[in-house]
Amino acid sequence: MPSVMDADRMGRALTRIAHEILERNRGTNELALVGIRTRGVPLARRIARSLREINGDDVPTGALDITLYRDDLMRQPVGPQPVVRRTEIPFSIDDRRILLVDDVLYTGRTIRAALDALIDFGRPRAIQLVVLVDRGHRELPIKADYVGKNLPTSPHQSVQVRLQEIDGQDDVAIEEEL
Amino acid sequence: MRTSADIAQTSRLRSRHLLGIADLEAEEIRLILDTAEAMKEIGTRPIKKVPTLRGRTVVNLFFEPSTRTRTSFEVAEKRLSADTLSIAVATSSVTKGETLLDTVRNLEAMAPDMIVMRHSSSGAPHLLARLCRSAIINAGDGMHEHPTQALLDAFTIREHKGRLNGLKVAIVGDLQHSRVLRSNVLLLNRMGAEVWACGPATLLPAELARFGVRVTTSIDEAVDGADVVMMLRIQQERMSGHYIPSTREYFTLFGLTPERLRRARPDVIIMHPGPMNRGVEIDSDVADGPYSVILEQVANGVAVRMAVLYLLAGHEADTER
Repeated sequence: MPSVMDADRMGRALTRIAHEILERNRGTNELALVGIRTRGVPLARRIARSLREINGDDVPTGALDITLYRDDLMRQPVGPQPVVRRTEIPFSIDDRRILLVDDVLYTGRTIRAALDALIDFGRPRAIQLVVLVDRGHRELPIKADYVGKNLPTSPHQSVQVRLQEIDGQDDVAIEEEL
Repeated sequence: MRTSADIAQTSRLRSRHLLGIADLEAEEIRLILDTAEAMKEIGTRPIKKVPTLRGRTVVNLFFEPSTRTRTSFEVAEKRLSADTLSIAVATSSVTKGETLLDTVRNLEAMAPDMIVMRHSSSGAPHLLARLCRSAIINAGDGMHEHPTQALLDAFTIREHKGRLNGLKVAIVGDLQHSRVLRSNVLLLNRMGAEVWACGPATLLPAELARFGVRVTTSIDEAVDGADVVMMLRIQQERMSGHYIPSTREYFTLFGLTPERLRRARPDVIIMHPGPMNRGVEIDSDVADGPYSVILEQVANGVAVRMAVLYLLAGHEADTER
């Protein structure tokens, strides 16, 4: 199980993304972060912390659960319903630039669901996508605006992101699936 | 505030129907309540709708009058984007002599995915669950069970107290005819609450103590130190049965007044499944007072029913393949 990103590299990648966000949006005016549950949420909080350290501004941060918008819901051959968790977006997204944050970008289907979910909350001025890892193999026309690391993978592999807040350590590993 | 024992460890319901609390394990109850927490947030959005049950058809089949439960299910179904169809008995062909089973078989020919039903006969939804293809949700059967009411009551209690385990819950009123009582007793017992039941001797079912309930005819004893007081409706239609002398005397002996409430814990909550008879089982000052969560119960009913519909819909996908 080779590790492809350790805690240091992850920290640097997120700091670099924070700088890119500031450069591209010319500051934090009208920005808001929305993390996709589960691991997008702590990543969004870390980026918010970096933005505060660099710029001194607090960027509002929310959490989005996309379960009820999934396109594979009710189509799974076996297995239990995915657990639904709370969506918490304690600010209006109208006319804001929303930074949507997730850990791994793969088929793009999660992001499709997240876009539908977000638009039910209002009409943002723009939505930009932030991912820690882009592993390729898109099935929908979706592209990230900020990428921590591009990681070439085969469809038979799985990418495991572990974060301090949830898993007790920071790293990214590739695992072979049988 | 909530301990790990209060958070569901399972992610599925064992049955594809919801017929009663009697069939649910503690884990399944936790799963429904946890899912309802996520569902509740949807009701606070500008667009109160998610696409989850798009293309699914739910029939609400009510053989007994109901405003609260039927509209609550309808709102829950619409918030999940299901197509809904509500049939009330007075307008249906049941009045022309059709049997329950024939009515439902005809409805099934239109391929609904779920049927939410209320019937005055205990066990009617169980019969349909055996004989029909659709998933059946019991919205109240006779004097038997009303599972979604007990679930929304538990959800409301948990929201206020952070737990169910170890709470003293007093249920006061017509215990004989109440399916709300039965479902609540089963659920609260299973989750470790201490349940007290109080009502006039003529309306106390003899077998109640067997369910692990403390029975009393003194409301003061029932309310003493209670965390939750749940008032049940005294059904006006029972008056002719001479169960109680008059509504006035009932209020004197069993009505919940601000004076009686002082015996309860300072953070007590007052619940009522509705419809309320003010001045019969509950004083208006209590019903509208600061301890009352009666309107929250109505709002929470939608979230709990969304959770049940969502969890049962997943089951269907399992069985179709």
